[in-house]
Amino acid sequence: MPEPVVRIKDLRKSFGDHEVLCGINLEIESGETLVVIGPSGSGKSTLLRCTNYLEVPTSGSVEIDGVPFALPNVSRRVQERHLNKMRAQVGMVFQRFNLFPHKTALANVMEGLLAVRRMGRADAENRATEMLERVGLSDKLNAYPAQLSGGQQQRVAITRALVMEPKVMLFDEATSALDPELIEEVLVVMTQLANEGLTMIVVTHEMDFARDVAREVMFMDNGVIVEKGPPEEMFSSPKHERTRSFLRKILRSS
Amino acid sequence: MSGFDFDLIVEYLPDFWRGAKATIFYSLTSLALAVAIGMFMALCRISHIAMLRWFARGYIDAIRGTPALIQIFFVYFGMPVLGVNLSAPTAAVVALGINSGGYLAEIFRAGIMGVDRGQTEAGRSLGMSYGQTMWRITLPQAALLVVPPAAGEFTNLVKGTSLLSTISVAELTRVAQQIVGVTFRPIEAYVAIGVVYYCLNAVIAQGAVWLERSLRRSQGLE
Repeated sequence: MPEPVVRIKDLRKSFGDHEVLCGINLEIESGETLVVIGPSGSGKSTLLRCTNYLEVPTSGSVEIDGVPFALPNVSRRVQERHLNKMRAQVGMVFQRFNLFPHKTALANVMEGLLAVRRMGRADAENRATEMLERVGLSDKLNAYPAQLSGGQQQRVAITRALVMEPKVMLFDEATSALDPELIEEVLVVMTQLANEGLTMIVVTHEMDFARDVAREVMFMDNGVIVEKGPPEEMFSSPKHERTRSFLRKILRSS
Repeated sequence: MSGFDFDLIVEYLPDFWRGAKATIFYSLTSLALAVAIGMFMALCRISHIAMLRWFARGYIDAIRGTPALIQIFFVYFGMPVLGVNLSAPTAAVVALGINSGGYLAEIFRAGIMGVDRGQTEAGRSLGMSYGQTMWRITLPQAALLVVPPAAGEFTNLVKGTSLLSTISVAELTRVAQQIVGVTFRPIEAYVAIGVVYYCLNAVIAQGAVWLERSLRRSQGLE
């Protein structure tokens, strides 16, 4: 069996007395699209944020291509540098886009290439331009985030993460902050990436996307994985009552 | 006493000019020192190292909790006792810089904290270090938030230079006192330097408006 791109072992995360993740075990293979669903507060966002150590887990481990985020017995300095290197291999797309407002679309996408990959300015500009063209934003290169629609901003944000050629991309409710008419253009990009074989973990409430694009769907509740399976099974015959009742609610509302 | 004597002001114009130049000089040099100290203390104040946080906290509390005049006296009259002799001009810049730095530290910190946390997360998630994220992402955005209150603090600093008259630095207030000593005409002298202080601060206020606008423009916000 090939080494999974992401391996999460007995991951726990508490905020104060409240345990948000209660022992998550998960492996994601190369090219897989995993869609994570579940009610708010179920821990799915925290799981994503632990996967690139934006949140440091309380215990357990996260590995990318077999390399753990946390190194045993090293100085703080070495650990920090290792974290930066690891995070550069994991792309993240946020619900609120989090584009850099003081930089143009092009500069947003170039930022990681310049600061982290230490690429020359001309090369970075070519690469960023090319990538933005692929998501249909060739006419917005010099626009600032404030001048872009939500859908365009999120496509820039996806490109900003993608240009780093991450081993896995994390999408944290990437369409939840968008007006309904702008959701589609972002989902189209995400679908295309999944079809191209990008490894993705997607937290979303878009059940059509889950059904059509996911290789596996995972249902979380109260900090645990309730069940996980191919979308056909999960949507037609979920094993657990909690999954059934969640799906009933969410499918009725959409 | 006769009416307001403009001729007197004209007569002492070279002295007022000398005082104004000194006031501007002490304002700018103290400001430079204050910005450096303020930036350093602001970063200490939000450091993950507890000792740096306490140090900055203590500094800021001490500076803001005691009168600037006492701080000036401490640096000029007190330091020699501890074996550090500073000339009046050096003591002036050091004391005002230390003082204003305490206030700027909190202004800078507020600016840094005012930048959305998602910005730091976006930077870190790209693999940027803490320093890179601070320098490339957070500080440019914080600058915009900091300009108005920092301009206010600069105004305080300009007015604060008048305290230097007490350690015989020949800035505007000192010059006015000397002129009054000779002419016995306090109204003319103090009105004259009051106008100069006011004009200097008007320039700062306008400069802040201009700086804020150009920052906003360079960040695509206008």
